[in-house]
Amino acid sequence: MDLYEYQGKQYFARFGIPISPGGVADTVDEAVARADAAGYPVVVKAQVKVGGRGKAGGIQLADDADAVRRHATAILGMDIHGHTVHRLWVENASDIAREYYASFTLDRAAKLHLCMVSAKGGVEIEEVAATDPEAISRLHVDPVDGLSLERAAGLVEAAGLDTEAREQAAALLLKLYTCYVEGDCDLAEINPLILTTDGRVHALDAKVTLDDNAAYRHPEWADYADDEELDEREKLAKEKGLNYIGLSGSVGIIANGAGLAMSTLDVVTQVGGTAANFLDIGGGANADVMAAALDVINSDGAVRAIFVNIFGGITRVDEVANGVVEALRRVDIASPIVLRLDGTNAEAGRAILAEHLSDKLIMEPTMLDAARRAVALAGGKK
Amino acid sequence: MSIFVDQNTKVVVQGLTGGQGRFHGLRNRHYGTQVVAGVTPGKGGTDVEGVPVFNTVAEAVDATGATASFVVVPPKFAADAIMEAAEGGVTFIVCITEGIPAQDEALFFNKLRRNHPKTRLLGPNCPGIISPGKCNIGITSGDIALAGGPVGIVSRSGTLTYQALHELSQQGVGQTTCVGIGGDPVPGTSFIDCLAAFEDDPETRAIMMIGEIGGSAEEQAAKFISEHMTKPVVCYVAGVTAPPGRKMGHAGAIISGSQGTAQAKMAALEAVGALVAQNPTEAGEKMVEVVKGLS
Repeated sequence: MDLYEYQGKQYFARFGIPISPGGVADTVDEAVARADAAGYPVVVKAQVKVGGRGKAGGIQLADDADAVRRHATAILGMDIHGHTVHRLWVENASDIAREYYASFTLDRAAKLHLCMVSAKGGVEIEEVAATDPEAISRLHVDPVDGLSLERAAGLVEAAGLDTEAREQAAALLLKLYTCYVEGDCDLAEINPLILTTDGRVHALDAKVTLDDNAAYRHPEWADYADDEELDEREKLAKEKGLNYIGLSGSVGIIANGAGLAMSTLDVVTQVGGTAANFLDIGGGANADVMAAALDVINSDGAVRAIFVNIFGGITRVDEVANGVVEALRRVDIASPIVLRLDGTNAEAGRAILAEHLSDKLIMEPTMLDAARRAVALAGGKK
Repeated sequence: MSIFVDQNTKVVVQGLTGGQGRFHGLRNRHYGTQVVAGVTPGKGGTDVEGVPVFNTVAEAVDATGATASFVVVPPKFAADAIMEAAEGGVTFIVCITEGIPAQDEALFFNKLRRNHPKTRLLGPNCPGIISPGKCNIGITSGDIALAGGPVGIVSRSGTLTYQALHELSQQGVGQTTCVGIGGDPVPGTSFIDCLAAFEDDPETRAIMMIGEIGGSAEEQAAKFISEHMTKPVVCYVAGVTAPPGRKMGHAGAIISGSQGTAQAKMAALEAVGALVAQNPTEAGEKMVEVVKGLS
């Protein structure tokens, strides 16, 4: 789960990473109150999960309450690359001497944590990586050892941070590492990390991606989940605990396992159709999950046919079949359903469905046959 | 022959008394796997349909000579269970648990790498391993596999592992071993580990490799294929039309660079002479042709 800037900053603050004094505002009046508390001049920043806020006019400097009122009025409700601004972060403006970059993420190839630091911050880091890769210093951290102050100090020195920033930056890296590890982040990134004209180092932005698998040990994350930007179908799917991504085609897809679901999209496309969604009902899916999945797909008005592609492993096909029967009993499914069932208890599953088969519920022997049938029913290919 | 497991592998199931552990553990035994013990703290001395249950892995190993562990426990207990298995003396650990935090995975992977270099972890979040007719540890349905070789399968995706087995068995092409390495960020066993083992296994004559989008494991495998593999490799990479997945932000993008898309992975594999299929069925068909050509 990606956090908004203000959530990321509040998350950083929890781990002692210095940020500018500021606060969240959902209205113009609140923005003024936050600005008064933070101290002028302030920066009024649109909270959207998309890059390019500054260029779109979503970040403005304000010297007094009138300016805050003017900017907050303009930014709230603004559309930034398809994202509507509902919330602002208002913070005390910093006098910036230098802009750096710092991040922690997992290097999947090395199977170690990777810390990256650069003296060239404040710009897109991919751009730096492409044009001036030498400007980024990298350090692998073995999670068994953790990060020592000595190695952090070596890294900021290698990255060429200004002498007066180094001690604070190294200390900050240790806190960022703790935030990344104990805070269960997939990514903890500060860009820019600044040195102020009066010699302080702190985070001016925050980009944090949390590892959803760790949610069970972070009850505080529940607050973040409420604010996610999802379309109606995705909201419904999330309520039902399904791994769903909405697309724009006409063949609704339900599969078990991310790989098979991806492969199902591929095959539907190869035989001339378009997928309406990605939906992985996961391992161990039971009747309730299957019924919920059909419910979500049924809510998508663009769907003309539904392709249920199940290869049982931990998922038992008989349970999936019961789910289909249950869903048909509970919900009036608008589109024909094409099924392909194999794997654990597949014969029992096919037997359960045998008496329900009709021109609205069709069984095909293979994945390719089922894809062709579903695409034909959706009118994608005659 | 087979890789990593064979008919002599003795398995302890961590979590045998739970619903999933019982179902799949007993299913593995029914397949012919030597399931010699279960472990559930506090339930030592009981049994599950004749399989003795112990409080710890060490006790199970002492009493039964177990050499491998099948970890079927919830995510919050998985890290401890895996380390207990390694410390208890088993040398092959299969963990099917889905939903383990990445930080836990990074930590136990590196603990194993450092302190238990001879112990192999398969998974987590994987379907397991099956050597048809000899041993099945995990959640793969045994009846979709066909004994007798000559193909070795390695796959990052659970259900596509079954699909690959199914495609080959339907065509009468048997398998030596099928390994599902799992799709989590820090898999204990990599494509390369499996490719190397298959290359060394005289009965494996060709390899089917199933990848998917994200990371750079397929690109690393391609490099290994070009430098070390003499046996033919047929590949399929899922996700050509997949929507962009979870955004890893800028730092993630730097690590993988332009890598990570199915197209890039297929191109990398094709460039080193692997046969690349567009879907699982085509991968099966290509493998049938390869097997026909083996003298």
